[in-house]
Amino acid sequence: MSFPWAQEYKPQGTVSKWVDERLPLPRLVYNAVGAGYPVPRNLNYFWNFGVLAGVALVIQIVTGIVLAMHYYASVDGAFNSVEHIMRDVNSGWFVRYAHMNGASFFFIVVYIHIFRGLFYGSYKAPREMIWLLGVTIFLLMMATAFMGYVLPWGQMSFWGAQVITGFFSAIPLVGEPLRQLLLGGFAPDQAALNRFFSLHYLLPFVIAGVIILHIWALHIPGSSNPTGVSVKSEQDTVPFHPYYTAKDGFGLGIFLIFFVAVTFFAPNMLGHPDNYIPANPLSTPAHIVPEWYFLPFYAILKAFTVDFGIPFTGIILIPAKLMGVLAMFGSILLLFFLPWLDTSPVRSGHYRPLFRKFFWYGLIPCIVILTYCGGKPPYTQWVVLSQIAAAYYFAHFLIILPIVSRIERPLPLPNSITEAVTGKPLPAAA
Amino acid sequence: MVRLIAFLVGLFFSGMLLLGLGDTVITAIKEPAVPSVEAEFHEEPLPVTFAHDGPLGKYDRGQLQRGLKVYSEVCAACHSLKLVAFRDFAALGYSEEQVKALAKAWKTEVPSINPETGEPATRPAIPADKIPSPFANEVAARAANNNALPPDLSLITKAREGGPAYVYSLLLGYRDQAGYKNEDGKELLKEFPEAATPAGLHFNPWFANLNIAMAAPIVSDDQVTYDDGTKATKAQMAEDVSAFLTWAAEPKMENRKSAGWAALGFLLVFTVLAWMSYKTIWADKKH
Repeated sequence: MSFPWAQEYKPQGTVSKWVDERLPLPRLVYNAVGAGYPVPRNLNYFWNFGVLAGVALVIQIVTGIVLAMHYYASVDGAFNSVEHIMRDVNSGWFVRYAHMNGASFFFIVVYIHIFRGLFYGSYKAPREMIWLLGVTIFLLMMATAFMGYVLPWGQMSFWGAQVITGFFSAIPLVGEPLRQLLLGGFAPDQAALNRFFSLHYLLPFVIAGVIILHIWALHIPGSSNPTGVSVKSEQDTVPFHPYYTAKDGFGLGIFLIFFVAVTFFAPNMLGHPDNYIPANPLSTPAHIVPEWYFLPFYAILKAFTVDFGIPFTGIILIPAKLMGVLAMFGSILLLFFLPWLDTSPVRSGHYRPLFRKFFWYGLIPCIVILTYCGGKPPYTQWVVLSQIAAAYYFAHFLIILPIVSRIERPLPLPNSITEAVTGKPLPAAA
Repeated sequence: MVRLIAFLVGLFFSGMLLLGLGDTVITAIKEPAVPSVEAEFHEEPLPVTFAHDGPLGKYDRGQLQRGLKVYSEVCAACHSLKLVAFRDFAALGYSEEQVKALAKAWKTEVPSINPETGEPATRPAIPADKIPSPFANEVAARAANNNALPPDLSLITKAREGGPAYVYSLLLGYRDQAGYKNEDGKELLKEFPEAATPAGLHFNPWFANLNIAMAAPIVSDDQVTYDDGTKATKAQMAEDVSAFLTWAAEPKMENRKSAGWAALGFLLVFTVLAWMSYKTIWADKKH
């Protein structure tokens, strides 16, 4: 793996030599995120977000472990135990607000990380496996975040759990029994809360494991770069340490400034007031909405309003609800096939004039619209907008992208990364 | 093969969405949505400012003490404050002795047992107790309130859109429904004759569905006599109790803000140093 010019780990002292011969863990770290990992010299700030996502996971695990020391997974006690943390545990308010907003910031950096991959074609050969593992991490994150949101047992916790587990009841024949099996009852209750807590504690460590695979897979071909041109010589790269450790240190500072500003000065900005009302199975909130990071998918779910059937016979093959659920999961699962849908050999969107137009004027606005509409009540204007945006979302990945890859004439690529950096400037992004 | 299947799946999902779009538009034209009375007449919270607003804001201790007085003399008759303990009142500027006296003099006593017979009994509160609830349970609360349940107020400013401004507006928002017009000059009962407030409810355009079970709690000036000589106007009492309830929901707000400034200061220095080392390390590399 890696490049022939990668620096080799040379243990200096007796102890390091002794350790290296028996368990070369320092060597592994050196080759993974130290001077032994050559990285393209031209990475821009979008390449900071992988490290930031790792930091966000560590923040979540550390704060989460402390919260679990004081939290009480019981339908009668969960809500009050969270308030006990907020009021009586030393600095508990900080740990809880950091965990609550940490989830949002984890999604923010991961969304930017995914955006980077989509625009710069990081999912293309030879990096398909990194992409597949990344989408897996994203799915695990969504499951973890959903179950974490249920734990405080507020109104949105309870009704969110009701709605999300309700998706399973859309499955024909086995749906309702399956839902009851997953919940351990007819509605979210003690059994569901206990297993959600158990899984919410487990999944972050599964995520950490898949992240190790994600980074391992990354170190086979090495990092991509904004030009998408493969590394050709030693000149094209710099050692990860100190070059990118320094740059990531700066990026981390900026990230933490935003994180701290929200956590300390507007901690409830990204939350929903209804979750400060204890769960009440007898009173449905006026609008059940998920956390902001699920809104685009929630909008896709709600955008399917007609049943699929045989015209004029009244026979329904796929009811609208089931189709919404399928489409919502499909909207993420289709990302698994992206490396084989986008067949253009050019990776970077910089050199793909047609791709770039559909990306900036089609995909990105549609995702913004879906996020906005997902949080709105089902009034005509929001339904219409999300139907248009969702239709484009599916068409973009499944129809437009394969066609664009075939008919597009890419711009000339620089001969090497070094030439791109030192010679002629990159063409400006649209 | 992957691309062919993807094409068909894409065609199916996008096609169904466009069919749905047509259906939505046709339905909207055939049966245009009727504006609801809530959409037309529900009011946004009134503008009100507090000492604790903003990243530098701190609670006004005098105001919190006045707010506690309004809570204990007006709200506490029906609304519990289960998450707040008497000992927490030390943060309002009361001494240990004053907290003890406040607990002892509280109108509702704490449920207990008779130490001799084991029979249910009550005892005066001590600082370690949470504020005792006015009703023993939900059934008792509903029975005394025309089947409505007065919500616990411990988190009310965090549990409602608008927070303290919502509480303030709601307290002052009771109106006479007959002849009530909104800012656009529309008269409610002319536009929506069926929306007349049912018996036992009270018209309040700041409440989500415009009709609230709670009767106006703040009815006249000087309903509460303030110890610090502040004139107890209706607006003053509403403002004070909203500030007090903000404190009840967020007792650690001042710690949070001051810790936030310290963290920001540290991070600013850290980030500047990180930026300088980044620039130094990369000085010889064009990138």
